Amino acid sequence: MATKKLVVVSAGLGQPSSTRLLADRLTTATREHLSLLGDEVSVEVIELRDLAHDITNNLLTGFAPPKLQVALDALSSADGMIAVTPIFTTSYSGLFKSFIDVIEPTAVTDLAVVIGATGGTERHSLALDYAMRPLFAYLHAVVVPTAVYAASSDWGTGAGAGSTALPDRVSRAAGELAALMHDSVRSSRVVDPFALPSGFSPTGSYGEE
Amino acid sequence: MQFGIFSVSDVTADPTNHTTPSEHQRITDIVTIAQKAEEVGLDVFALGEHHNPPFFSSSPTTTLGYIAAKTETLLLSTATTLITTNDPVKIAEDYAMLQHLSDGRVDLMMGRGNTGPVYPWFGQDIRQGIPLAIENYALLHRLWREEYVDWQGKFRTPLQGFQSTPRPLDGVAPFVWHGSIRSPEIAEQAAYYGDGFFANNIFWPKEHYMQLVNYYRQRFEHYGHGTAEQAIVGLGGQAFMAKNSQDAVNQFRPYFNEAPVYGHGPSLEDFTEQTPLTVGSPQQVIDRYASMREYFGDYQRQLFLMDHAGLPLKTVLEQLDLLGEEVVPVLRKEFAKNRPATVPDGPTHASLVAASKVAALGAAREGSDAAAEAGAATGAATGPGTGAAFGLAASGRPSERV
Repeated sequence: MATKKLVVVSAGLGQPSSTRLLADRLTTATREHLSLLGDEVSVEVIELRDLAHDITNNLLTGFAPPKLQVALDALSSADGMIAVTPIFTTSYSGLFKSFIDVIEPTAVTDLAVVIGATGGTERHSLALDYAMRPLFAYLHAVVVPTAVYAASSDWGTGAGAGSTALPDRVSRAAGELAALMHDSVRSSRVVDPFALPSGFSPTGSYGEE
Repeated sequence: MQFGIFSVSDVTADPTNHTTPSEHQRITDIVTIAQKAEEVGLDVFALGEHHNPPFFSSSPTTTLGYIAAKTETLLLSTATTLITTNDPVKIAEDYAMLQHLSDGRVDLMMGRGNTGPVYPWFGQDIRQGIPLAIENYALLHRLWREEYVDWQGKFRTPLQGFQSTPRPLDGVAPFVWHGSIRSPEIAEQAAYYGDGFFANNIFWPKEHYMQLVNYYRQRFEHYGHGTAEQAIVGLGGQAFMAKNSQDAVNQFRPYFNEAPVYGHGPSLEDFTEQTPLTVGSPQQVIDRYASMREYFGDYQRQLFLMDHAGLPLKTVLEQLDLLGEEVVPVLRKEFAKNRPATVPDGPTHASLVAASKVAALGAAREGSDAAAEAGAATGAATGPGTGAAFGLAASGRPSERV
């Protein structure tokens, strides 16, 4: 039985936070789906609120303080990621983007990701597809087709004509993530931090006589 | 083991009284600071190169040439020389000139420079930073070691039969360090040539630089310049001292809080814990830096950043008194303890000249052995002066295998 590494990034600012609640629902559902596939899962939750000062300091000094470094290392070697942010002023929150700005450019390459967001009304749900999805596409992450948006009203709404209830969307997204994580070898990869670019020569193409 | 200071040459307002020194004031101050470094017994003074405010040091060889005339023993270096945007031909000429005028008291530290606009201002592209550093240095290396250079590269106009003048003093090129904050390519380059590698070691946790230095040491051995522990390593460092450690914290905090690099970021307490910056008594600085060899191995050069962030000249000179009189003499003793005899000292012109003589002798011996063997094999007579080694000596080219 393989153990897959799941990293959950929650950018909610409140305590308790509906963003964290959505992240937890997605985590539970992903764990269930992986269990059906015969995988165990270890979960690391990164609450960005707890790292907010470290993230700002990293932006200013260029290096991650120890607690943030632990989170960054977890992400680099994850098999799957659940990324949930509140929607602020049409897009992901500034804190969420600042976190993305301090990860290595290749840290989430090939990483399977479920994107999720919370907001006061359903009107902002497309922010997932015009803001979150392109952000992860740029970073070469593999974003699953189903993104999960939870407006305040979704927490008290069942399935109706032409719409699914939140638990159904959570389950579908988690199933898509679990399928990709099942095949992932990211957590067992060994990355050489000093790998030189292919074809690199210490004298260059023109250095030799 | 060499100890010294390096300056980035920033002109920064003093946050305690909101006065900013003029460029002229800072430029004359830097000469005073360099003279003070020699007076308090330090070995090295290194100066940065920048092409934008708030930095004044756009022309380091002018400044270093002037300092050379005002000092006797101080080894003059750079921190760093922009190998990317300077023409390597001009670097070869300028620093060979400085080498002569200073009687060999000069070496250089190559760096790429991380100020984006400087590249286009000098007709280059920052995305080509590594290829520029690699190609330009390959040319510089040859210009100091070969009399006539034919050259064609990607980044500058070709050279045919170019002779860089003046030729290096005593036929020995100035020693070169390569500085890098994160690029393994530059550590690889330093190792390939058997040059020194300098880790900035001031802005980030030492663990980061330890990895890079360790990589350089392994590659130095791989390229056959000696064992990993014989690789030539330099480290930066940063300290602010007072007899009483709490006084040091109180005095430095306003400068720390407003400093160009880390100001308005982490607290002084967090930053001193996470990076080599040490603010406290001279004994605390001794303890922190004496421990560096445990993390980096025995090394050759330790430079401290002492004049920055708007610290007034008077304070900098007091800091240099503490550094030179209380800290460095103890560190010298600490670093000498159990240091293996096989680990070389920091390179100087005299040591390079001596090494080149040894290498030339070795080459002559090898050459005559090879010639003798060839002669024995073919039965041909091999008189003196016909071996490859004599050819080398006749052309005045020192061995590259220093």
